[in-house]
Amino acid sequence: MSESAEFEVLLRRALAPVEPPADLSQRLETTLANLTELAAAELEGWELETMRDPRNWARPAAAAVVGTTAGVALVLVRARRRAKRRRPDNALDAAERALRDVFGEAGRILRDVRR
Amino acid sequence: MSAPTKPKAQLDAEFSELYRAHLRDVYSYSYYRIGNHHDAEDLTEQTFLQAYRHFERAQRESDGRPLRPWLIRIAHNLAANYYRDRSRKPQTHIDDDTVLAAPHDTESLVEGREELQRILEGVAELPDDRREALIMRFALGMDNREIARAMGRTDGATKVLLHRATRQLEQIVKEREEAA
Repeated sequence: MSESAEFEVLLRRALAPVEPPADLSQRLETTLANLTELAAAELEGWELETMRDPRNWARPAAAAVVGTTAGVALVLVRARRRAKRRRPDNALDAAERALRDVFGEAGRILRDVRR
Repeated sequence: MSAPTKPKAQLDAEFSELYRAHLRDVYSYSYYRIGNHHDAEDLTEQTFLQAYRHFERAQRESDGRPLRPWLIRIAHNLAANYYRDRSRKPQTHIDDDTVLAAPHDTESLVEGREELQRILEGVAELPDDRREALIMRFALGMDNREIARAMGRTDGATKVLLHRATRQLEQIVKEREEAA
């Protein structure tokens, strides 16, 4: 075997495929399965502006709990990921941003699902 | 005239199939690209969520060709964002359990571990495009055409890229061996 061919054998061994952790597969399957069941109708028409008023939070929050447990989990995962990238100035800021992230992400997912 | 839209249940079933067939590919790519399991999991998750969003269009536009290059391209773009957002470079030190996680036999683990580690460190030193091409070829077993599609290059350019990447890596490893 030539030197180059031998090196390629080594390279193939060094870069052997890596099995994903079992919990990743399970988590992803659950997320994808539930993503298809989002309660799109209930969550329709959310606007960030209306979310500024706490009196408007109850209805969509209830819809999310009833229809989209895992969908919301996905939303929260994404929102949390964004939150990790930023350092808020104070607790109020953090709460407002987190809320905006969650609702923004929910809207994006629903638009995608409907497409 | 555009093709009729598939029922959502059918699309979901086909996406599940794609997911099962290529989860390991996307994870392996992410892992070797980034160098740690934690972020590789995150990248894999994001890749499939993104793929789910655009699956229908990708199917239409793929014209029956395999979708693996498309998936890997999504992972590639997300990995590029990962580095840009966090101003990170690929880790030269791969998680310690990498070689153990891969399907090597016991003998190779004992005898070749240092050599394999030198190769992995050399891979991390390569320019981005060369590193990616090698990961796709050797970790995922993609052929030139698939790699070309994933990287948006011609088959010829991909062949040259792979050749140069291998030669450069060989040189890096040789220098490391001599220095050791």
